[in-house]
Amino acid sequence: MFALRRPSVLPGFGPTLGFALFYLSLIVLIPLAGLFFKSAELGWEGFVRAVSTPRVLASFRLTFGAAFLAALLNAFVGFLVAWVLTRYRFPGRRVIDGLVDLPFALPTAVAGIALATLYAPNGWIGSILDKVGIKVAYTPAGVWVALVFISLPFVVRTIQPVLQDLEPEIEEASASLGARRWQTWLYVIIPVLLPAMITGFSLAFARALGEYGSVIFIAGNLPFRSEIVPLLIFVQLEQYNYAGAAAIATVMLMASFILLLIINVLQRWTARRHGAD
Amino acid sequence: MSIEVRGVEKEFGGFRALDGVSLNIREGELVALLGPSGSGKTTLLRVIAGLEYATGGSVLFDGEDAGARHVRERRVGFVFQHYALFKHMTVFNNVAFGLRVKARATRPSPEEITSKVNALLNLVQVEQFGSRYPSQLSGGQRQRVALARALAIEPRVLLLDEPFGALDAKVRKELRRWLRGLHDRMGLTSVFVTHDQEEAMELSDRVAVMNRGRIEQVGSPTEVYDSPATPFVYEFLGNANRLPCRIEHGSARLGETVFTDATGLADGDGVAFVRPHDIEVTSDRLALSIPATVKQVLISGAVAKLELTMDPAPGMIEVELPRGAHWGAPFLAGQKVHWRARTARVFPASAGASPVAAPEVKAAG
Repeated sequence: MFALRRPSVLPGFGPTLGFALFYLSLIVLIPLAGLFFKSAELGWEGFVRAVSTPRVLASFRLTFGAAFLAALLNAFVGFLVAWVLTRYRFPGRRVIDGLVDLPFALPTAVAGIALATLYAPNGWIGSILDKVGIKVAYTPAGVWVALVFISLPFVVRTIQPVLQDLEPEIEEASASLGARRWQTWLYVIIPVLLPAMITGFSLAFARALGEYGSVIFIAGNLPFRSEIVPLLIFVQLEQYNYAGAAAIATVMLMASFILLLIINVLQRWTARRHGAD
Repeated sequence: MSIEVRGVEKEFGGFRALDGVSLNIREGELVALLGPSGSGKTTLLRVIAGLEYATGGSVLFDGEDAGARHVRERRVGFVFQHYALFKHMTVFNNVAFGLRVKARATRPSPEEITSKVNALLNLVQVEQFGSRYPSQLSGGQRQRVALARALAIEPRVLLLDEPFGALDAKVRKELRRWLRGLHDRMGLTSVFVTHDQEEAMELSDRVAVMNRGRIEQVGSPTEVYDSPATPFVYEFLGNANRLPCRIEHGSARLGETVFTDATGLADGDGVAFVRPHDIEVTSDRLALSIPATVKQVLISGAVAKLELTMDPAPGMIEVELPRGAHWGAPFLAGQKVHWRARTARVFPASAGASPVAAPEVKAAG
């Protein structure tokens, strides 16, 4: 205990830790614990039965798969956007910089309706895609499109500050030492950005897992095909199956927690390996 | 390797950073590009390195035009002002980088790389820090690592941008001597940029003084200090009193007194430059001496600094006297004295007003 007593700006280790824990409990831990208690009503067998029906499994696959692919795409596209915004000066740069945050601020339902209208077979983009035989709205691809839209800012905003700190001089140093462009990329730029890219990816992934509002408008919500887990939970609630809904939510929660933990460890590891103190 | 810069021009969106610069750098020479900020010295260094493309003129390496060559192929060792070390790599890997990115055909074996990098770390005296990251080193150590990294590719020429700019005074002095020693041992043609005239004087074989995108004068440190070619060089190198004067019949007048020779200059307004240590002060009137009043006496280490105000003309004159002489005949504030210049240099006033009108100086072969 005494080892923790170091002089610091914030007064008192005890009160600050106490408040932090109390607050976290109130906001995060107690509701989540409630979730566990509710699903415990089912008993172990009931729990397993509730979360392993084909319909539930299909929605797990869709949710995790689409969220993963959306975060993966954004890890690259978001990087590109961040690069353009930090490295180049062009007219309208600030406007584009502001646009990046729009998915944060826009009510997700609005985004969902807009996307659904655009990608519907008679919408602007949907009608073009329809001609080449690609259907987006009301399919799993639609789910993915919505998740890509809402998770983009997370990647851009985590990579941007790191890119701003990256002096253009190190690229020049690399070139003057005889490195070709791809070598500069691979050995000089990417390693520095990797921890931020992983963080951005995991934030985008976590956000996409829980997304509801924008997806339900474009997904069509066909069971076994384009039904996401959050919607399934809502369906269970509508049927007054509270324990079943809690069980699905618990699995979702555990899976997300484990995934985020793995990503966190991975990120620590890359940061340490690359000497960021 | 010798470097020849021929009439190089560089424009950044209407701003002429380099305005027809020519400079010859001989094999094995250590040349300083000296000038105030914005004089184009760093731009010139970057053009030589190939980090910047000249809008006009050419750069020749050993007589061969380097203009078409990418930085990558020029084999120049470039040391950046803020080192630009790769923060995510250890010191060892930073130095090994240039060897590891070579094409497979020319890349040394891992064993050769290890022994070469270790030899370089030894050379720059950071051998015990090979496994550390740059953030764990002091400024001077980082600078030396940056140097070792640049030397690893066996460059044909070493270019240093303000190499000591970010270091504190003591480390700067040490590192300066050390770099001079290293240069003498390796005999590598080197060019460095600095705004610190003391650094340029102490370290270089020749100094190119730059101003507004042009080279004002090139010469050995003593040449540029003792016989500055332009008013700008006079003022930029060391302290100088700048005295507006009249040129009449080949001599310069301050008020009524003829105080120095100005042979060959047309009659008219002139500017005379006198270094503070080139002034004699006496209590008696001498030939060519000008009356003045001691305003202030400051003792600073081995020298006594006097500030004189001239009686007839306005203006302040700074004088530096060795302490011994000063104690021999102490001057007090308020005392009436006479001063005269042991050496002075007079320029027509127009030359002082616009450095562009100064004669263009090209480096001698």
